[in-house]
Amino acid sequence: MQAGIVLFPGTNRERDMALALQRVTGRKPAMLWHRDTDLPAGTDLVILPGGFSYGDYLRCGAMAAQSPIMRAIRDFAAGGGHVLGVCNGFQMLVEAGLLPGALLRNASLRFLSMDCHLRVERTDTPYTRHFQRGAVFRSTMAHGDGNYFADEATLDRLEGENLVALRYVTPAGEPTAAANRNGSARNIAGVLSPNLRVMGLMPHPENQVDPLIDGTDGLPLFESLAEALAAA
Amino acid sequence: MKARVTVMPKAGVLDPQGKAIGHALAGLGFQGVGEVRAGKVIELELAETDPAKARAEAEAMARKLLANMVIESFSVTVG
Repeated sequence: MQAGIVLFPGTNRERDMALALQRVTGRKPAMLWHRDTDLPAGTDLVILPGGFSYGDYLRCGAMAAQSPIMRAIRDFAAGGGHVLGVCNGFQMLVEAGLLPGALLRNASLRFLSMDCHLRVERTDTPYTRHFQRGAVFRSTMAHGDGNYFADEATLDRLEGENLVALRYVTPAGEPTAAANRNGSARNIAGVLSPNLRVMGLMPHPENQVDPLIDGTDGLPLFESLAEALAAA
Repeated sequence: MKARVTVMPKAGVLDPQGKAIGHALAGLGFQGVGEVRAGKVIELELAETDPAKARAEAEAMARKLLANMVIESFSVTVG
């Protein structure tokens, strides 16, 4: 795996992401700058990490979606490249049109910094193959704008094509309103592109990759990627 | 020439901010306030002097960046 993590002004979760990747691959990912116009040759995974790029001006992720490197990432994704967006990175992916929908202000209007539970909706993707089918894992959310929105037709299409990757659920796996703290449509926490290579999610699986620090619930996601991209 | 782009949440898109403002107004004793929607206004100073062209420019900017057409609609006034 040759991963690159993109840094924007205001990004703050790139180190955790780098450590998570290093844990499963044994090598350091490249750190890429938002003004770069090309990805390093051989890149097979681009990660847009969490943070508050450009101070969340205008809309979260809106400025980042127009930055120079995003043109290269669009081409990379169009050519079948893997792109993972977490939190602010997910917001960038929807603003860039690489994933459908939008992320609205949390329904409570509050910034939510808390644990959540996620149900894995399919396990035949490069991001989830190390999870058990229907697995529920604990993660962490830390966002003010994570309320997933798309019109009904788009939501139906996502469900019909099985592109909902993760849902907010109770620890027992029930997608209740109470488990859906930010108010997301149909409890959606993460979505996939039709080719399953672009994924965006609001929670932070990179928070749970070390047994000494809050457990390893998020590790299977990175193990999945390491395996899926091992041959590449 | 000045252009003013008004960006509003689309009908049917939850606007918790507007709702909170409505609640606060009711709490202050203002009666008879129905739905409240909160958006934003962006003023642009454009080099273009032809109103029709300035409007077209501002609309292109709104579609590309100023508004997210998934959740927002916009209107433009010039002059």
